[in-house]
Amino acid sequence: MPLKRKIQELKKRREEVIKGGGDKAIEKQMAMGKMTARERIRMLLDDNSFQEYDLFVEHEARDFDMDKKVLHGDGVVIGTGTIYGESVCVFAQDFTVAGGSLGAMHARKITKIMDHALKMRVPLIGINDSGGARIQEGVNSLAGYGEIFFRNTISSGVIPQISVILGPCAGGAVYSPALTDFVFVVENISKMFITGPEVIKTVLGEEISMEDLGGARVHSEITGNAHFFAESEKECFEQIKKLMTFIPRSNDSKAKALEPKNPKPAYKIDRIVPGDPKQPYDVRDVIKSIVDNSDFFEIQENWAGNVVIGFGRMQGETCGFVCNQPLVLAGVLDVDSSDKTARFIRYCDAFNIPIITLVDLPGYLPGIDQEHAGVIRHGAKILYAYSEATVPKLTVILRKAYGGGYIAMGSRHLRADFVFAWPGAEIAVMGPEGAANIIFRKEIMEAANPEKMRKQKVEEYKERFANPYVAAAKGYVDSVIEPSETRKILLHAIDVAKTKSVGGPKKKHGVPPF
Amino acid sequence: MVKDKTKNKSNSDDNSKEELCGKKIKCKTLIIHGTKYKTTLTKKYENRKKWEKPDEKKIVSYIPGTIIELFVKEGQTVKKGDKLLILEAMKMQNIIYNSCDGVLKSVNIKVGERIPKNFLMIEYK
Repeated sequence: MPLKRKIQELKKRREEVIKGGGDKAIEKQMAMGKMTARERIRMLLDDNSFQEYDLFVEHEARDFDMDKKVLHGDGVVIGTGTIYGESVCVFAQDFTVAGGSLGAMHARKITKIMDHALKMRVPLIGINDSGGARIQEGVNSLAGYGEIFFRNTISSGVIPQISVILGPCAGGAVYSPALTDFVFVVENISKMFITGPEVIKTVLGEEISMEDLGGARVHSEITGNAHFFAESEKECFEQIKKLMTFIPRSNDSKAKALEPKNPKPAYKIDRIVPGDPKQPYDVRDVIKSIVDNSDFFEIQENWAGNVVIGFGRMQGETCGFVCNQPLVLAGVLDVDSSDKTARFIRYCDAFNIPIITLVDLPGYLPGIDQEHAGVIRHGAKILYAYSEATVPKLTVILRKAYGGGYIAMGSRHLRADFVFAWPGAEIAVMGPEGAANIIFRKEIMEAANPEKMRKQKVEEYKERFANPYVAAAKGYVDSVIEPSETRKILLHAIDVAKTKSVGGPKKKHGVPPF
Repeated sequence: MVKDKTKNKSNSDDNSKEELCGKKIKCKTLIIHGTKYKTTLTKKYENRKKWEKPDEKKIVSYIPGTIIELFVKEGQTVKKGDKLLILEAMKMQNIIYNSCDGVLKSVNIKVGERIPKNFLMIEYK
């Protein structure tokens, strides 16, 4: 056979396989408002940059008449490509082929591209759209999941791993996204749960829809399993691309620096934070008054809003921001916000991203539900994450820093490199009201007019302790600065800290309070 | 960190609107260590369940399931460690033992009955 005909045969074979589950299945996929696996990859990657592998892989299942079934590409597309010119490895499950179910060869394709990503030190992006394990392949299918989870774990902190949930992702399958760095979900399309509504109905007799159980909103607002929420697949891919601009290829490189830009003049840093510590404000406005171009990329925006985390650039370089949010629950720390904060700090530390902490919190959230939900163990995660992180750590105390919250939020004691405080900062063991009630309890009780005495003592305490100078006198705060100096001083500190080198005692790994 | 004798409670009756950087936001009050903060509350916080002390005189199902066997009747005197019933749940037959000496005031279950979680199965006098 002449080469020309052989090439024609290749083209024919390719065409056949690329149809996936065929026209009918593709129609069904579209009817569900979903794109096909290859359309998704095309939308995510730079034009014509995708190179597919393992197109001709076939399953090897023999039981239950599977040997008579042809499953193109075994229900998953893998390959490499670029986003803004930077290489990435991608896999996308193809729901049109046997519901994207995961069999042995399907898993082997995914693990192949995962191995490749780790070896080449490039980010891995996985698009999940699968009915789950291919039951006909039995334990081989389970083995496949296990191999994926193992690689997710081994690659964690080495290469960025991103999961995109664009369809069902149920049962054991959800653990792969859970092990990755960032999870993206899309309204009405993403569905994640360990046991679905059917099982819950049979076992518990409780009825719930898929959307209410594990839809995109649930995971972005209630569980915290998702990091980014989008209303459409298109918006979701735009979010992924934007994220990619902030993070490095791997843990041995830095995120690409961009052209430095000043914050927008609309954000006036000295007019955002009210003097009265009881008045709220949106800490995102403070971040926007500090970062390049006022461009702040928030993560987990809709979950545990009492802490705000995300990326921004300082003179072109990516920084991670961890900030108390007085606008939500007065900015307290609680179970969820501790979890959110600690994980983000560890992400930044793993990928050489300096951490800027903006502090304004009254302490931990009081409550029986919090105590019983283990706020001790969850709160400890923040202490662990800050203490352990060796990237540059810069802290600005904007206003309140009371009690355990002061220690937790990137304090000097957890080895922040630089701690700055605004003149309105109140660094104390607790708020003046609470402190005065305890310290002057006797005087207040025995006074002729207890209420008057209480007020007087609160004022006394405020005068003496509710300021940054007690901490500055001890050197716990390096400089008390004017709000308008913040960006300039932070830029200087980042520059000084860029060659930071520290080390702790030798160990295999710590035992963090997961 | 330090004991605080003032009671912590949140009021949600304060519905004042705050103007923040051009945005109007409905604020509520949250009291922490005696200080009233103006802030917004999360849905999770507002919908949190009130804690109730578990009543030792009530035996409540800790998991939904089916009553497979029932070893006791109403009015019966029981001793600590006696078998009360078998509750099958998640493909497991769980034997429920008696935790204290006493007399049973009521038995609200029958063999073969399917019950939800937190169902009051047996009550002591």
